[in-house]
Amino acid sequence: MTTLSRRKFLKISGATVAASAVATSGCSLGNSGAGTKESGIRTVATYCDLCFWKCGAIATVKDGRLWKIEGNPLDPLSRGRLCPRGTGGVGAHFDPDRLRTPLLRRKNRGDEEWVAVTWDEALGTIAEKMQKIKAEYGPEAIALFSHGIGGNFLKHTLKAFGTPNITAPSFAQCRGPRDVGFRLTFGEDVSSPERTDIRNAKCLVLIGSHLGENMHNTQVQEFAEAVGNGASVIVVDPRFSVAASKAKHYLPIKPGTDLALILAWMNVLVQEGLYDKDYVDQYGFGFDHFAASISTATPEWAYIETGIDPDVIRETAREMARYRPATLVHPGRHVTWYGDDAQRSRAIALLNALIGSWGRKGGFYTPQSMDVPAYPYPPYPKPLKEKVDNPGHRYPFAHETITTGIREATITGMPYPIKGWFTYATNLLHALPNDQETIRAMQNLDLMVVVDVIPSETAGWADVVLPESVYLERHDDLNVEWFREPFVAIRQPVVASPHDQKPGWWIALQLANKLGLEAYFPWKNAEEYLEKRVTAAGLSWDELKEKGIIRGQHQPIYYSEGVPAEFPTPSGKIEFSSPQLAQAGFDPVPRYTRPTQGPEGSFRLLFGRAPVHSFSRTQSNPILADMMDTNEVWVNANAAARLDIADGQYVRLRNQDGVVSNRVRVKATERIRPDCVYLVHGFGHTARGLRRPFGKGASDAQLVTRSAVDPLMGGTGMNVNFVTIEPAEDNHA
Amino acid sequence: MSSRYAMVIDTAKCVGCMDCVVACKTENNVPEGYNRDWIVQDVRGTWPTLHMEIRSERCNQCDEPPCVETCPTGASHVHDRGGVVLVTKELCVGCKACIAACPYDARFIHPDGYADKCTFCIHRVEQGLDPACVAVCPTRCMTFGDINDPNSQVAKLLTSRKWHTLKAEAGTKPSVYYLT
Ligand code: SF4
Repeated sequence: MTTLSRRKFLKISGATVAASAVATSGCSLGNSGAGTKESGIRTVATYCDLCFWKCGAIATVKDGRLWKIEGNPLDPLSRGRLCPRGTGGVGAHFDPDRLRTPLLRRKNRGDEEWVAVTWDEALGTIAEKMQKIKAEYGPEAIALFSHGIGGNFLKHTLKAFGTPNITAPSFAQCRGPRDVGFRLTFGEDVSSPERTDIRNAKCLVLIGSHLGENMHNTQVQEFAEAVGNGASVIVVDPRFSVAASKAKHYLPIKPGTDLALILAWMNVLVQEGLYDKDYVDQYGFGFDHFAASISTATPEWAYIETGIDPDVIRETAREMARYRPATLVHPGRHVTWYGDDAQRSRAIALLNALIGSWGRKGGFYTPQSMDVPAYPYPPYPKPLKEKVDNPGHRYPFAHETITTGIREATITGMPYPIKGWFTYATNLLHALPNDQETIRAMQNLDLMVVVDVIPSETAGWADVVLPESVYLERHDDLNVEWFREPFVAIRQPVVASPHDQKPGWWIALQLANKLGLEAYFPWKNAEEYLEKRVTAAGLSWDELKEKGIIRGQHQPIYYSEGVPAEFPTPSGKIEFSSPQLAQAGFDPVPRYTRPTQGPEGSFRLLFGRAPVHSFSRTQSNPILADMMDTNEVWVNANAAARLDIADGQYVRLRNQDGVVSNRVRVKATERIRPDCVYLVHGFGHTARGLRRPFGKGASDAQLVTRSAVDPLMGGTGMNVNFVTIEPAEDNHA
Repeated sequence: MSSRYAMVIDTAKCVGCMDCVVACKTENNVPEGYNRDWIVQDVRGTWPTLHMEIRSERCNQCDEPPCVETCPTGASHVHDRGGVVLVTKELCVGCKACIAACPYDARFIHPDGYADKCTFCIHRVEQGLDPACVAVCPTRCMTFGDINDPNSQVAKLLTSRKWHTLKAEAGTKPSVYYLT
């Protein structure tokens, strides 16, 4: 086995859309308990799909019935322990709300009225419409919104069909600004899993990052480890998060002003000469201009914006300097907040650069990966048109496809029409801002296909719904991760699908056949595909199936261990001042602008995660719903008292555009500022097929009618909505 | 000295993610709507000067268990290994005397009619495994072992760290300890 070189990482890290592979067909029932009178206990090694961290897992089947799922001790991501969602993954298989059979729309879009059809009929209908769209508008008129590794096979089919319009909300609605900000500074992304060396950090700074509520497994494990080792934790959050309760310094910042705080921290480090001068001299570019630009961003100036005491700003800056370079200012993950997000992320990158944490132990390590060749497919046809999402490169630093750009093109027909949507495992109506725009776009389509395991809100708008097997019932592509150490992991079926669900690879293969794209599927089933890739990497297929994970050799991950300090920016250095940005007409050094404020008496709407749910995908999982079956709206206890609203009372939230939420209980708490409210994302389902979570809690997505678009990369900042609170007319349980 | 099983939980590390609750559910087939363990977030102070202790709670496997004392049928009993309090479901008549006696609200009546609660996963412990909640915890905040063995991890933690138990004043002598 070989591990990939550093060069290759840089290359891949710079690629626009992760190239990926395809899979096969044919459920290997050898692995499945379906229909047999199986007795006794057996285990299957696989990897989790409750979020996209992809932890290695071991599932146990008892007398033919799925019993439990535990972490695979061989897996460096889970280190033998899954997060609560992963442990509750059992419920994904048993969920009574699952999609069971292919469905064709019977009435109007959005009516959720269906006829059950065969796979042949469903796929035949899709292929026919795709060919029609292709004939009239070209293959580029089909777009795919896909989230997670399971979408790889469908991506392959659609690339073979000839469209470049493949996207995921993970860029413009989530981590995109962060990766752009870091790329502009260091020339590289933070990537996922984040290359953050939390475990070895002696000082950890979390800006709105709610580790412990956000359960990306390795990060939480390392967070607890760092806390256990006595790391000094600094938490900046309008809400007293779980992480805040572990902090030495909690900074209850005014929402939207984080950039002011970060600039002031940098100001202190520079003014007091506390930054890593050797590191900056050796690797930095444009430092003098940078230093001059932030010279007015004093703690006293930042106090007016942020509400954070200047002494606290100084003290925390000094704390960061004290532990450098083992001080990690975490870049966050979901960072589409205010529309200045790429510049805020760039400021975080620069703060890390001053501390000298990039490439250093306790800061950011250099990830490694196994060299597993892609499947040798024939080359894809070259699309005649450029991607539709970013005409004229109006967002010059968007290095991935912008979902909302595709949505806009679907509505306007410019720069060219989009007439077909596929969505795979992503609920666009909860993921994109302004759900009415998404509906307008969908109404403009000739074909709307949803591939998913549950009947999401978005599925309700489809012409054809294809029920996928859950991850415990299917093969998926190999997980060849960039991480602390190289490894490859396999997902393989543990039990059979209970109804007429099919794996994603099978769906992609059958659709390709119907489209006359057989040449792109030289394999007959996923196992053939996987075995070929694994063998080509010089690894043992039997060992991988048996253990679930094969680990590669440990390689250096820090500069101190011999990793070369390379920065693939235009200057080849860490760009404190960015000529790229200046050339494109943006601030070469981040500059703060005050966020817009809401109407008098309103609260800024913030949202986040709970440890037991992922996005809007898990609320029907019976085990996870048993842990948390609704959300609450967090309101500062004093603010609630002033409004005469009691803890536990049902209210509705009304946003600035008159959109009123489903009723939701109030959590009157000291743990949040008086100028904002907070919801856990993913609740307030309105899809009728989601019987368990239907109508429970309030949906933040519904209230996010506005967004502030990041001019650098097209991300949609969503923390720019304001709500008032009104008692729910029907105030009973 | 005979063994005395105990659980030591580090509240500094615990994030209250409920993985312990989920793992107990699947391991022990705990029916929907019931839990053998649960999370408490103990918040003190006023915004923004706050303190929060997060605890994973369960039956305290008391050394002086009032539930066993009040059980009229002998269903609630102390197991011969590690002092673990168990319920023999065949002997239980579901009278709820134990539920009333428990200061920790740790018991419930299983839909099949018997009193149920945490067993310290004695079926796993007797195979040399940790209880499911301890084994799953991503923060590794929980430690299980024999407190009567001075070389055990649990015994060492209790001598090296500050700790408290729940409702010590109830006099039940809990075997679940919380490090602060
Ligand atoms: S972090 Fe949790 S949900 Fe995500 S892959 Fe890992 S165990 Fe599964």
